[in-house]
Amino acid sequence: MSAGEGPLNVLLSGGDPAAEAGWLDRPPRMGFFTDTSVCIGCKACEVACKEWNDVPEDGLNWSGRSLDNSGGLGADTWRHVAFVEQRVKAGWHEPNFQREDGDEFRWLMSSDVCKHCTDAACLDVCPTGAIFRTEFGTVVVQADVCNGCGYCVPACPYGVLDRREGDGRIFKCTLCYDRLKDGQEPACAKACPTDSIKFGELDELRVQAGERVQELHAAGVTEARLYGEDPADGVGGDGAFFLLLDEPEVYGLPPDPVVTTRDLGSMWRHVGVAAGALVAGALASFVAGARR
Amino acid sequence: MSGNGDRATAAGATAPVAGATGRGAAGSNGGPPTASAGYYGDPVVNPPVWRELDIAGYLFTGGLSGATALLAAGADLTGRPVLARRAKLCASGAIALSLGALVKDLGRPLRFLNMLRVFKPTSPMSVGVWLLVGYAPLTMAAAASNVTGVLPRLGRAAGLGAAALAPGVASYTAALIADTAVPAWHEAHRELPFVFVSSAAAAGGGFALIAAPLHETRPARHLALMGAAGELVAERLLHRRLGMVAEAYERGSAGRRLKTAQALEAAGAVGVVALAGRSRVGAALSGAALVAGAVLTRFGIFAAGMASARDPKHTIEPQRERAAARARQAL
Repeated sequence: MSAGEGPLNVLLSGGDPAAEAGWLDRPPRMGFFTDTSVCIGCKACEVACKEWNDVPEDGLNWSGRSLDNSGGLGADTWRHVAFVEQRVKAGWHEPNFQREDGDEFRWLMSSDVCKHCTDAACLDVCPTGAIFRTEFGTVVVQADVCNGCGYCVPACPYGVLDRREGDGRIFKCTLCYDRLKDGQEPACAKACPTDSIKFGELDELRVQAGERVQELHAAGVTEARLYGEDPADGVGGDGAFFLLLDEPEVYGLPPDPVVTTRDLGSMWRHVGVAAGALVAGALASFVAGARR
Repeated sequence: MSGNGDRATAAGATAPVAGATGRGAAGSNGGPPTASAGYYGDPVVNPPVWRELDIAGYLFTGGLSGATALLAAGADLTGRPVLARRAKLCASGAIALSLGALVKDLGRPLRFLNMLRVFKPTSPMSVGVWLLVGYAPLTMAAAASNVTGVLPRLGRAAGLGAAALAPGVASYTAALIADTAVPAWHEAHRELPFVFVSSAAAAGGGFALIAAPLHETRPARHLALMGAAGELVAERLLHRRLGMVAEAYERGSAGRRLKTAQALEAAGAVGVVALAGRSRVGAALSGAALVAGAVLTRFGIFAAGMASARDPKHTIEPQRERAAARARQAL
C-alpha cells in the first residue's frame, strides 16, 4: 500500500489528497454531507454500520443522556447519533407540542462520523503506515498492519479513533472502502431514511450543502451553518462535513480544529535547539569540571 | 467498551456528573449540552490510551539514558573510569527499560517490528523508533565492552556513537507528545523540549552523584545544576505562555507531582552546591533528590496531558478564542 503512505502529506496540503498520496489513476474524491436538519435520530446508520462492518457492541449502557447510549465515536462506534436536548425555542414545532408552562424546548440530532480530513493527523503520525489514503481520498486503518501503538488516538482533533479493548488495534470508519470499490454507497448512507446522510463526490456535496443552507436561511432557520466544508480550515477541509443548527461544541465537535502536524516544523526546531543545549551543557560541564 | 473507566472526570467541566463515569456509561447525566460545556461535558478529543507507568516511565528512562550516555562519553575522554562504567551501564539499562515499555504498551506487542516497515518524518514516533534502533545497541555494546574488557576500542567508539545520538533520544519525546491534539501538550511544544532535556540532565547528573566516587563527579555536578535550573526556568515559561490550558499543569495529581518535582530539584540543587563536593552521602542524597524530581516531572507532564485531554474546556475555549480573533482580523 505504498501509494497511500504519503509522509509529506501535511507539507503538500491541498484539495486532492489522493493525488498527493500518489494515486495516479483515481476516481473523484468521495465523502459525506450529513444534513442534521433532517436527522430524526433513528440510529439506522449506527446499526447499518455495525452490521456491514462487523463492529462489536459498544457497551449496553443506559446513559441517561436523552436517547444517546453509545456516547461518542470510538473503536466500536463508527457512526454516533448525538441527541441534544435544550431549553430553547425550536425554530419550528407542532403547535400541540407547546408546553403549557411556556417552557421552550428543542431537540437536535446529528449523526457523527470520521471526518476523513484533507490533512489527516492520524495518517501523519501513524508510525507503521497502517493508516493510508485511499484512491477515493478517504482515510483507512489497515487492521493487518496496525500494531496498536495508539499514537493516532490523541492525534485526531475530533476524537474519532480509539483502541479496541481485547483486540489491541485501532479501528474507525472506513467510509465503507469495500463498498466504494464495488460502486456502492456506504452502509450508513444507504440506510438513512431521511437522506440526512448524503454520500457522493465531495465537490458536488459542497454545492448541495451551500444551496441547502440558503434554503434553510430563507425559511427562517438562520442558525443553520456548515461545519468542516471549508478547504481553508485547519484540517484542509473535511471529507465528511455537516450542516448544524447550533455551535459545533454543542454536538461535541471542536470549534476550530487544526491538524497537529501543522506545527511539526516548529516542534522539531525547538527539539533541535534543546538537544543542542544539552550537548552544550554537557561539554561545558566537562570543560568547567576539568580541574578535579 | 473501551475506556469507560479511564475516560473519567473532565476536570472542572460544568456538567456535574457527565465526566464521572465516562461517555455513554450508565448513570452519567450532566447538564444539557452547551457551547461552553460541550456535549454533556465529554472530552472532545480522545485521551491517549497509553498506560502511565509505561509511557511516563518511558519519557523518564529515555531522558536518563541520553544524559548518562553523554556523561559516559565525557568520562571516557577525560579519564574518569568509574563514572564511565556506571554511566554506560545506566544508559544501556535505562534504554532497555524504555524499549521494553514501548513494546509492552502496544496493543499488539508482537507487531512491534511493523514500526520498521516505513520511516515517516511526520511521525515523531517513527523518527524516535529509528533513533532507538540505532542508539540502544550502541549503548549496550559500549557497556558490554567496558565491563568485559572485550574490544575496548570498538566499545569506546560505540559509546561515542551513542553520545552522538543521545541528545536526540533525550529530547524527541517532547515532539512525540506535543504532536497530538492534547491541548496541554500541543500548546507547550516550544517549551517541552527544554523541560525534557533539563530534566534529563538533572536525572543523569543525579545518577552520577549517586553512583560515582566524589573525585569523578565534578562535571556531573555542573550538569545536574544546569539541569535543575533549566527545568525550573522552562516550566516557569511554560506556565506563563499557556493561558488557561496551564491549569492542567497546576491542578490535581499533575500539579502535586510537578510542585513536588520542583521542590526536589531545588533541594537537590542546593545539596549539590552545599554538600556534593565534600560528602559522599551528601552527594548521593542530592543526586537522589534530582532523580526523583526528574521522575515526578515526567509523570506530572503525563498526568497534565491526560487531564487536559479529558477536559472539553481545554479543547473548546482556546479554539473559540482563536476563531474569534481570526474573525475580528477579517473585519
